[in-house]
Amino acid sequence: MNVRRLFAMAYKETLQIWRDPRSLAIALLMPLMQLVLLGYGVSLDIRHVPLCVYDQENSQQSRAVVKSFVSSDWFSISRTIHNQTGIDYALNRDQCIAALVIPADFSRRLAATGTAPVQAVFDATDVNTTNIALGYAQGVVAQTNAQIADGWAATHGILPSLVGQVDLDPSTWFNETLDSKNFIIPGVVAVILALVGAELTSLTISREWERGTMEQLISTPVTATEVMLGKLIPYFAIGFIDAGFCLVSAVYWFGVPFRGNIGTLLITTGLFIVVVMGIGYLISVRIRSQLGASQIALVLTMLPTTLLSGYTFPIDQMPAPIRAITFVVYSRYYVTILRSVFLKGSGLSDLWAPLLGLSIYALIIIWLAARAFHKALD
Amino acid sequence: METKDIVIRTEGLTKNFGPLQAMREVDLAIYRGEIFGLVGPDGAGKTTIMRMLSGVMRPDAGKIYVDGVDVGANAEGAKLRLSYMPQRFGLYEDLTVAENIFFYGELFSVPRGERVARSNELLEAAGLLPFRRRLAGQLSGGMKQKLGLVCALIHTPHVLLLDEPTTGVDPVSRRDFWAILYNLRETGVTILLSTAYMDEAERCSRLALLHNGEVRYCDTPAGIKKAMPGALLAIISAGPRLLREIVSGQPGVLGVLLMGDRLHVRVDDSTRRIPELQMLLAGHGITGADIQTAEPGIEDVFVALLGGTV
Repeated sequence: MNVRRLFAMAYKETLQIWRDPRSLAIALLMPLMQLVLLGYGVSLDIRHVPLCVYDQENSQQSRAVVKSFVSSDWFSISRTIHNQTGIDYALNRDQCIAALVIPADFSRRLAATGTAPVQAVFDATDVNTTNIALGYAQGVVAQTNAQIADGWAATHGILPSLVGQVDLDPSTWFNETLDSKNFIIPGVVAVILALVGAELTSLTISREWERGTMEQLISTPVTATEVMLGKLIPYFAIGFIDAGFCLVSAVYWFGVPFRGNIGTLLITTGLFIVVVMGIGYLISVRIRSQLGASQIALVLTMLPTTLLSGYTFPIDQMPAPIRAITFVVYSRYYVTILRSVFLKGSGLSDLWAPLLGLSIYALIIIWLAARAFHKALD
Repeated sequence: METKDIVIRTEGLTKNFGPLQAMREVDLAIYRGEIFGLVGPDGAGKTTIMRMLSGVMRPDAGKIYVDGVDVGANAEGAKLRLSYMPQRFGLYEDLTVAENIFFYGELFSVPRGERVARSNELLEAAGLLPFRRRLAGQLSGGMKQKLGLVCALIHTPHVLLLDEPTTGVDPVSRRDFWAILYNLRETGVTILLSTAYMDEAERCSRLALLHNGEVRYCDTPAGIKKAMPGALLAIISAGPRLLREIVSGQPGVLGVLLMGDRLHVRVDDSTRRIPELQMLLAGHGITGADIQTAEPGIEDVFVALLGGTV
C-alpha cells in the first residue's frame, strides 16, 4: 500500500463527486428527501378515528362513556345516529370506521349488576387500522371501567380493591407515549444510510468503465486495494455526514428520545456504513454501467431494509421461513441497535448479539470486496 | 537495424476471444529509440497487442518483455517503465488539465519538484500551458490527445505505447504531436504506435503490418515498399471511376486503387503494360490520359500485400 497513490485516488474521487450532480444529489439531497418522506409519511399512529355513536339511552352515565371516547383524542365523533340502520349506512359510506352502540338499559344494568355491555362495530376492511382502533377502544373502556368500579364500590359501601373487577393495567416501557415515531425514525435512519451508501458507491467503479477511464487507470502501478480504499474513503466521510444529519434530525427535529451514548452510536454506525458501502462497491465491480449498478443497489438495499429489517414490520410476527431470511438482511442488526441505543440507552455489551451479526457481515463484505476488483480488461 | 538493445520483445504472443483468434503467435523485436508503427485493417489485432504489452490484458500464451521486465510475471513492475495511451480518451473529463497531470504524477510517485518542472515543460511543448485550469472534457480533440501524451510522459517512461493517438485529430495538432514524439526519440524513449494514417506510417522507423492477428510484414517503410510485387502506374485523367472499370481485370493488372483524381494501377511489368493500357484507353475513346510509373505509397503496398485476403 502506497500512501501517495491512496491519497491521490481519494482526492481524485472527491473532486469527481463534487463535480458530479448525480452523486451530489444522492449524497446530500436524498437523505433529506427520504427523511421528510419516511419520517412524516410513515406513521403507525392513528388519531381521531371517526366514530359514530348510537346512544339508545342518552343518560348521564351513557354520555359519560361517549365522552371518555372523545376526550381520549384517539376517536372523534363523526355522527350521532338514532337508529340501527344508521350504523350500516355510516359504515357503508365510510362516514366512520367504528360505531359505538350503548343499549337503552345501560345505566339500569350497571346499577343492578355492576357491569353493562357496550357494543363497538368496526369496519375491518383495513385490518391494521382496525386492530389499532380496537386496541384504543379497549384502553378507553378499561379506563371507564375503573371509574365506574370506583363509583359502584362507593355506592355499595365496599372498598374498590374488593370489587371483583379485572385490573387491566396497560403499562408501556421505553416508548411511554406509545408514539410510533420513536419506533419508526431510528429505522428510517437505517433505510436512508443503506440506500445512500450503496447507491453512491455503486457508481464508483462502473463510472470508470462507462467513461473509458479504467483502461488508462489500470495501466498505472496503482494496486486494486489502493483503488478500492482510495475510492471508498470519501464516500465513508459522506456516509458519516449523512448519518450525523439523520441522527441529529431524529433527536432535535422529530423529538425521538436519545438515551444511549454517542460512542456506541458512532461505532455501530461506522460498521453499518462499511457494510452498505462494501455492498455498493461489489455491485459496482460487477456491473459496468452506472444505471444498472444503481438499480441493483436500490433493489439490494431499499427492499430488504424496508421489508425485512423490522423497520416497519415486526420480525417476530413473520412466518418462520421469512424470519430466517431476515438474518441475512444486514439492516435488521442496525435497526435493532439503533432502537436500543435511542430508546433503552443500551451500551455495546448489551448489544453483543446484533453487533456480532453486523461485524460478521462487515468482515465478509470486506473480504469479498478486497478480492473483487482485478486490474485487467478480461 | 543496428544491433542495439531490444526494448520490447514478444515471443509466440497468442490471444483468443472465444472462438476468435485475435493474436496468433506474434514475435516482435523493437529496439531502443525506435518509433515503431503497427498498421493493418480494423480487427487486425492492433489494440489487442497494445493492451497485452501494457499489462492490462493477459495473453493466453507467449512471452512479453518490456524494458527487460517479463510482463507476464511482473506486470506491475513493467507498468512503472511504460506508459499506455488507450485509443479512447482515458483521462478524467471532469478534472482539469492540471488535476489530471497531478493525479497521474502521484500514481507514479513522481517527486513534487520534478512533477512541476516536467509538467510545465510538457505543457509548453504541447501548447497547453494557457489551458491548465480548463476541464479536460472542454478541450478540443487534438488538445485532449496532447494532454493524454503529457499525462503519459509525466513519469518519464522508457517505453510509450500509443493506440491510434492521432485519430480524429486536426492536422496542426498532429504535427505538434509528432514533434513531441521526435523529441522523445532523441531522449532514447522507445515508441510503439498504431495508426490508420499512411503518412504517419511513413514517418516510423519500422512498421509491422498486422492482419488477422498475425504480423505479415515487418520492415522499414522503404523495405516494405520494395516487397510490393510488380510496379505501380499512375493514370491521371478525367473520370477516374470510369477508368477504374475499364482497367480492372485486364491482363497483367494486379490491382487498382483510386487515389483522389488519379488511379493507381499495379501491373506485373510496367514497360510491357504501359503501351497496352494506352491502346486500351484509346479504344474506349479516352485520349490524352497520362500514364506514368509511380513511387508506391504505404497504402499501395498494403493493398498489394493484403489485396487477396482483405
